[in-house]
Amino acid sequence: MAINPRAIKTTGYLLEAEGLTVGFGPTNIIENLDIQLKRSEILGVVGPSGTGKSVLMRALIGLLPRRAGRIRYFGRDIDKLSLSARRKVERRWGVLFQHGALFSSLTVKENVQVPMREHMDISQELMDELAELTLSMVGLASNAGRKFPSELSGGMIKRAALARALALNPDILFLDEPTSGLDPVGAAEFDELITSLKETLGLSVFMVTHDLGSLYRACTRIAVLGGRKVMVDGDIDTILAYDDPWVQSYFHGNRAQTVQVQMAEQDKVPV
Amino acid sequence: MATVAIYNGYRLEEGSDALRFKPFGSWIIRNLTEVEKTLANFTMPESSAPVVIDLSDLEKIDVAGAWLIHRSAKKFAAANHPISFESVGRAARILLQEVAESDRPALPPEPVPSKAYTLVEDAGKSVISSAVDLKRLTELIGSMAAIGVSMIRKPSMLRFTPILYHLEQTGVRAIPIVALITFVIGAIVSQQAIYQLRDFGAEQLAVNFVGIVILRELGVLLTAIMVAGRSGSAFTAEVGAMKMREEIDAVRTLALDPIEVIIVPRLTALVIAVPLLTFIGNLSALTAAAMVSFFYGGVPIDLFIEQLRDQVDLINFTRGILKAPFMAIVIGLVAVLEGLQVEGSTDSLGKHTTASVVKSIFLVIVIDGLFVLYYAMVDG
Repeated sequence: MAINPRAIKTTGYLLEAEGLTVGFGPTNIIENLDIQLKRSEILGVVGPSGTGKSVLMRALIGLLPRRAGRIRYFGRDIDKLSLSARRKVERRWGVLFQHGALFSSLTVKENVQVPMREHMDISQELMDELAELTLSMVGLASNAGRKFPSELSGGMIKRAALARALALNPDILFLDEPTSGLDPVGAAEFDELITSLKETLGLSVFMVTHDLGSLYRACTRIAVLGGRKVMVDGDIDTILAYDDPWVQSYFHGNRAQTVQVQMAEQDKVPV
Repeated sequence: MATVAIYNGYRLEEGSDALRFKPFGSWIIRNLTEVEKTLANFTMPESSAPVVIDLSDLEKIDVAGAWLIHRSAKKFAAANHPISFESVGRAARILLQEVAESDRPALPPEPVPSKAYTLVEDAGKSVISSAVDLKRLTELIGSMAAIGVSMIRKPSMLRFTPILYHLEQTGVRAIPIVALITFVIGAIVSQQAIYQLRDFGAEQLAVNFVGIVILRELGVLLTAIMVAGRSGSAFTAEVGAMKMREEIDAVRTLALDPIEVIIVPRLTALVIAVPLLTFIGNLSALTAAAMVSFFYGGVPIDLFIEQLRDQVDLINFTRGILKAPFMAIVIGLVAVLEGLQVEGSTDSLGKHTTASVVKSIFLVIVIDGLFVLYYAMVDG
């Protein structure tokens, strides 16, 4: 799928990557891959393990070098930006790493304040208030702010890391396996949190996941990686109808049916 | 007739019936620095006129902006002004709602104890932690001894491969730096000795002094200090990282003894490596001394060797190298003990690695002093 370069300004994609190629040593993990993120959507990226979901995300946020391809954020090619303009773009995204990647020598509150302190010139009082507000928004109790990451449970670490990712009010939120390591209830709560934050804060979310529940509950669009490219993307029905052995077994296997039943039951219960 | 005052980011319109608070522009976190400063200097009007928060001129808003509007509204309300909102857009309404829902009283800041109090507390803590250190050291020595005894009964318990691996890491790979350091120090000491003795025409006697000092003290001391800095820190970091990542707990749950699996091979390797390194260090320092004597003191090499053989007893060498295994044990024990005390944060890893090197170098010097006392009493 080629994109007409002149049409780019009007497409309104927050993020678009064309012909992305990333590899290690002699092999390319992803090759000539195109992917876009629209405003106010939650894009779920799935695929068999080893197809480069995390590699794709790390390449998009500039942690891995590209061998080829162009990436545009907010319609601007990041290779053509000056360093300071690039930093400005980087401040408009927040990243939640798989294991949180909280700074272990700082308290949760200090972790949330790191991006504010480094990039903003606001008073300590306002930073305290905003940190408290963000922690409250991600559902952490007040006393969690004083704790160190090593004193938190897995779910709390994810929430604290999410609070740090949200500290600068980003436009795009990157999530790497946000629900991995959480129990089904915790995972469902986290998906709800992401959905409601997307609504209130107007976020667009790029989510790497292999949690079927998240795909059903949270994602508005799903991209399936396979064969070093995006095999198929679209809403859940498009994916379910797609004829590929992995997609079929993943979305129609026993586990998938259990999730579908759970979803149907949840829909029946009036909230 | 309304009076209008314009500030950074907002306008205040004082009408006859109400005070209009009109934010304008972008109230997003990137632009809020100035707004926050002017808001901080805001003086509340003394009247209790109703306040209308009019968002019609607001272009952009995010959570931080919504928070500042919410906070201003709270301040007006606290000063008994009736509040009403006007022209609130969809995004602003959602954000203001979210902010109001998430607003909660912050925990009061933790009280900061007085300097005198913390001084006393810190002193007490370090006394207690020394006591705990001592207890842990005793425990560790005890379990090492127990393992040692069972290994004598059943030598197959000794893990050969890890010992060889650590022997390479702490021994073979340390040879260049130990040889270099002892060479340089040997040369320096020898030059000084010759320089001082030259006035008496006794350059040859420098050989006695240099030989004894190197063999008894310098060789082993420098080697041990190098090993403490090189391998002691590495052991602490390794064991500490294993502790942080729960690998030590994993070893335990596999019905293995972490002391036997992790600590004994490292310690055994050190006990073998340090005496051998000391021997190499001695040779290197004596070589340097011989070279300096030749080039600087004019003492021929064969005379140097002869003098060394005749005047410096073998007992100097044995007394020096006898200290090496003890120093190795102390370095290894301190390193492992510090590593096992690492907690969750990277901070703590750094602290314990520092403590490990400082403590082991200190203890190495203390041990050297004890040996000097002991030898003095024996000879006495």
